Amino acid sequence: MTNSGAEVFDRVRTRLAAKEEEESLAGTARSSTTVSHGILVVDLAPAAVEPAVRALRDEFGFDVFLDVTAVDWPGREPRFDVVWHFYSTQHKVRVRLKARVPASNPAVASLTGLYGSAAFMERECHDMYGIVFTGNADLRPILLYEGFVGHPLRKDYPKEREQPLVPLRDGNPGR
Amino acid sequence: MNARTIPIQPAGGGKSQAFEYLTTRKDELVGWARKFSIFPYPFVTACCAMEFMAVSSTPYDTDRFGAALPRFSPRQSDLLMVVGTISHKQAPILVKVWEQMCEPKWAMAFGACATSGGFYQNYAAVPGIDRLVPVDVYIPGCPPRPEMVIDGIMRLQDKIANSRHLIVNKDF
Repeated sequence: MTNSGAEVFDRVRTRLAAKEEEESLAGTARSSTTVSHGILVVDLAPAAVEPAVRALRDEFGFDVFLDVTAVDWPGREPRFDVVWHFYSTQHKVRVRLKARVPASNPAVASLTGLYGSAAFMERECHDMYGIVFTGNADLRPILLYEGFVGHPLRKDYPKEREQPLVPLRDGNPGR
Repeated sequence: MNARTIPIQPAGGGKSQAFEYLTTRKDELVGWARKFSIFPYPFVTACCAMEFMAVSSTPYDTDRFGAALPRFSPRQSDLLMVVGTISHKQAPILVKVWEQMCEPKWAMAFGACATSGGFYQNYAAVPGIDRLVPVDVYIPGCPPRPEMVIDGIMRLQDKIANSRHLIVNKDF
């Protein structure tokens, strides 16, 4: 990591802490920051994500929405990590945000208002993990198909369960 | 390659060296014609496509077996070459293509994924295209060597040459 990267990370850390104060999120937030493999990792409460991303985009030039995905921790409560990655073309550094959501209400705010490219990636994350992105008006299946039941990348989805769209023949022997 | 060859007999008791007529069996003649004019429909979905390109062009050249001219309409093709992984989302498309092909038609499973699902066992992949369409020849490998593909085509040619070829069937 370059010096400028470390310096940006320090400023981001300070700013996000201040942001929590002013939005009075500090009480609910489980907020921590670390640097992992040259990426600043910020662990926040779900409600703090949207203001934090707005600050990253507007004040630190994190102008590329790289990805949103999730991690399923069966047996843990809250069960899911939702993980976002952002890149700053100005500072050439990446930041990762994580928020924990429970299986009973796996909802976080959609970032489609900040990044247009979030729309499809949130649809994919909704397909695979069932995370609900409040504010994304179009959460139809994007990689899966209409009628698919369940979320295949959740750990409790049986790996051999198939949901065919056409009747399957019995195995082979050809003809 | 094929033990049964078309017997060609000069007519006219040897008076002329020219072949004035030939005698053979209908199935052998039709099979001989069909086995050298396999127009493939390449249903190419995944990385096996690279191997398909290698085998269909020089120096391996499936045109030597009459099987190089890809028809991009299923209505003009004889051989459905399924090259790559088929997902459950694609399965209806594959079945529709197969049903649009006119008889006589054959299907080839090219590579491990088309044969059995390969290393996929999950919500997305169909475990072998024989769950969707009847398959005549399977080519294993991830991806198959060009020699294996050519061997598969030659085995399919044998199968065509040794089948019954009904001129009039129940549908026509």
